[in-house]
Amino acid sequence: MLSFIARRLLALIPILIGLSLIVFLIMALIPGDPALAILGSYATPESLTRLRAEMGLDHSLPVQYLIWLDNILHGDFGRSYSLNRPVLDEVVERFRATLILSATAFALCSIWGVLAGVVCAVRQNGWVDRMVTALVLIGISIPSFWLGLLLILLFAVRLHWLPASGMFAIYGGGDLLDLARHLVLPATTLSVVAAGVIARLTRASMLEVLRQDFIRTARAKGVAEASVIFRHAFKAALVNITPVLGVQAGFVLGGAVYVETIFQWPGIGRMLVTAISTRDILLVQGGVLVVAASYVLFNLIADVVQHLLDPRVRT
Amino acid sequence: MNGRLSRLPGSAPRRAAAKAALSVLARNRPAAVGAIILALIVVIALLTPVLPLLPPDAIDPANRLIPPLNAGRTLGTDQLGRDMLARLLWGARLSLAVGLAATFVAALAGSSIGVCAGYFGRWIDALLMRAIDMLMAFPYVLLALTIVAALGPGLFNAMIAVAVVNIPFFARNLRGSTLGIVHREFIDAARLSGKGDFSILVSEVLPNVAPVIVITMSTTVGWMILETAGLSFLGLGSQPPQADLGSMLGEGRKLLLNAPFVSTIPGAVIFLLVIGVNLVGDGIRDALDPRLRSGAIARPSPVTAISRGRAAVDAGHSQGVLQVRTLSTEFQTAGETYKAVNSVSFAIRNGECLGLVGESGSGKSVTALSLLALVQSPPGTITEGAVLLDGEDVLSKSAAALRFIRGGRASYVFQDPQSTLHPLLTIGEQVAEALRAHQPVSRVKAWDKAVRLLDLVRIPNAKRRAHAFPHELSGGMRQRVGIAMALANHPEVLIADEPTTALDVTVQAQVLKLMNELRMRDSAAVLFITHDFGVASDICDRIAVMYAGQIVEMGAAEDVLERPAHPYTRRLIDCVPALGSGIRSFRAIGGAPPAANRLPSGCAFADRCDFAVAECRARPVGFVAVASNHLARCLHPLEARGERTSA
Repeated sequence: MLSFIARRLLALIPILIGLSLIVFLIMALIPGDPALAILGSYATPESLTRLRAEMGLDHSLPVQYLIWLDNILHGDFGRSYSLNRPVLDEVVERFRATLILSATAFALCSIWGVLAGVVCAVRQNGWVDRMVTALVLIGISIPSFWLGLLLILLFAVRLHWLPASGMFAIYGGGDLLDLARHLVLPATTLSVVAAGVIARLTRASMLEVLRQDFIRTARAKGVAEASVIFRHAFKAALVNITPVLGVQAGFVLGGAVYVETIFQWPGIGRMLVTAISTRDILLVQGGVLVVAASYVLFNLIADVVQHLLDPRVRT
Repeated sequence: MNGRLSRLPGSAPRRAAAKAALSVLARNRPAAVGAIILALIVVIALLTPVLPLLPPDAIDPANRLIPPLNAGRTLGTDQLGRDMLARLLWGARLSLAVGLAATFVAALAGSSIGVCAGYFGRWIDALLMRAIDMLMAFPYVLLALTIVAALGPGLFNAMIAVAVVNIPFFARNLRGSTLGIVHREFIDAARLSGKGDFSILVSEVLPNVAPVIVITMSTTVGWMILETAGLSFLGLGSQPPQADLGSMLGEGRKLLLNAPFVSTIPGAVIFLLVIGVNLVGDGIRDALDPRLRSGAIARPSPVTAISRGRAAVDAGHSQGVLQVRTLSTEFQTAGETYKAVNSVSFAIRNGECLGLVGESGSGKSVTALSLLALVQSPPGTITEGAVLLDGEDVLSKSAAALRFIRGGRASYVFQDPQSTLHPLLTIGEQVAEALRAHQPVSRVKAWDKAVRLLDLVRIPNAKRRAHAFPHELSGGMRQRVGIAMALANHPEVLIADEPTTALDVTVQAQVLKLMNELRMRDSAAVLFITHDFGVASDICDRIAVMYAGQIVEMGAAEDVLERPAHPYTRRLIDCVPALGSGIRSFRAIGGAPPAANRLPSGCAFADRCDFAVAECRARPVGFVAVASNHLARCLHPLEARGERTSA
């Protein structure tokens, strides 16, 4: 097991290098002069040259990359010019908020998705299956930024049950209960699409497993149908579902951009959107790199879990 | 049974396949609803320039935020007094166009990458797919954001970003399907005929992978419309005054409290558009994916469907613990009926072993599974007959009652222990489960008993091995586990479906010996299915030979083996090189068995029989007693001495 994790960690290195290369290249190839963008069109040629040297723009591209990479490995993501604070500080702070939201949404969508999928598979073509399938279709077709607005209109504006925005109440908030109340709407919104995808896959995977010979063996043994479904079929299906959960973690993490914007959640998605509009390139680079790296990590976790579940690949 | 649609070149079969796909699509009701929604939106979007609308960008501060259905404005006005209906239609037109454009760009780029990677292979494949892996290492939306960040906000850039993000889906799917055909004969033939790579790609590969492109497009276009709208919503897509549905929603969001309609109406249109696209997309996928079309994904029910015309079975005089009467099982797929088991009758007494012998596809396994209604349905149905266990009809029992018979009074040993044991449960758990399903024992007790059973079937070091998973055992050991499970509850009837076929010859002998011993211990009735006369002669008291779903000969083992009466039995025995008898010419049986959906009305073997005459084909052939307790379904049974076999 340890050697498996070690091997997977080693395999991450090229992926992470690739990620950093893409992030660097995309930003480096931006047409126009970043120094000019920062200083504006009234900048003097001298100040432009000085800023370019400061930003390392006078080196060749490969050298720029190595310097940039070296800095990042030392925890130096540069300084955000629009916020005038170290990129890393801002990113870490925002990422914590995003993680709270995404993790909650991810837990929700995993539970809903897997449950719905299993129920559909067991009741295939029955009315429950039809209804859940319709709900799933709505779930994967609904724009999360619209669903969020509808939820705000209903639960915050009309019913006054839940807060419409932010992570904590401005006055007197700050405890866990306050956070939970603020989490309900955005986490629900964020979980809907992924839940739909997971439900579809779980259903298909269960139907596939239920046709296997070992299920017939279980029935031939006289095992009760509930046990056939959960002990035999679900256990085997879970092996296929796990990697998809890893991928869905990425959808949730990315989809957080919309949800954070609607619910004014102080997460990294909203930060990125602002940074893109203000062309704060270092902030964008830092944010993207951290989120992408964490996504790589989630996939690694899914891989390891799948390994734990399946004794055939466990050695 | 569920033959995969082979993607061969040649326009006629392809056109037929396309036709079949279209008819499946047309019969799909949700897809039809989706198509109507989509068609409406598309028609309105196309007509927008000629409709009598107010100009969508005309600012009119005096008439700000008029609610819908007021002052002659169907959908009201927005914060700048612009007419919502006009903006909505123009916005929908734009969103649709951009989403489709992104889809085509992604399809073109992604498919090219995938097809090239699959076709050229080697370093081109490695290089392209590593690049694709890199793209997939980003969370979906984040990559789009990053690209927009680089290119700068704007609708065109947003479209490019969304397209790039979706390239991996096309590349991966297309690479897979290209790999599937690149080594087929027609590609080699094209290459030998001197065609260049490009011409082969266009004329041979592309037509065959086209369905995959269509499926991938239909499943991604919904996302792409959503994503472009999403980028516009964030202010990174269409820039004012130009507005698509996403940016209308994004701008209107600030007025959520005072004028919710400004943002909710465009959102509803996006939703309608995407749900229409997804409904049609699912329909297209179902129509083009042959696996789904044949209904292969249907969940088999725990009990085979049984629809017997007349279930009336006189329970009376019993000739054995297991008695099967005129059992028939059919499979219905794609409008065809396959008669797998055709009025099969036999009986087995306590402690007796009946061998059921025949070629693969003769209906042996389906017969075995039908006995306890274990045939998958759909597509299987038991259409006739009865299975009497101690005089009681098993097939008329409820699912709950049937469950107690399965593994209790009657149990199975299956052919391939590799696929018939659960891969994720230890063998101890699986044997203990068989016990606990029928006996009220504690978990610990059941485990102890399981270990003892594993010991009984001579699994060395059973106590420790009980914790092993099936993949950690050899084939012979796995089959011993299968036997242990079957014997756990001392069954009266043991149904062994080719239990030794997947094993080495030496292991085969050991397993046979073991089964024989254990059968003596419980004096169980055994139905032993095999295609191997050698194995049958070792263990069986009587032998029944099956052909095309029917028993064609039945009698005591030595009678059938030494004096076969049916020409088919004779030929089947001739196929077995007998050990120690010197070299014997090995004669395969010419021709093939009749298709189970086109059985002839007369003798099913007539077409392959050396002795067939016209009357053989005229009408169904019944059993003829060639000796006492030796039946053959033949009008001209071979004479006992076998003179006529030299032909």
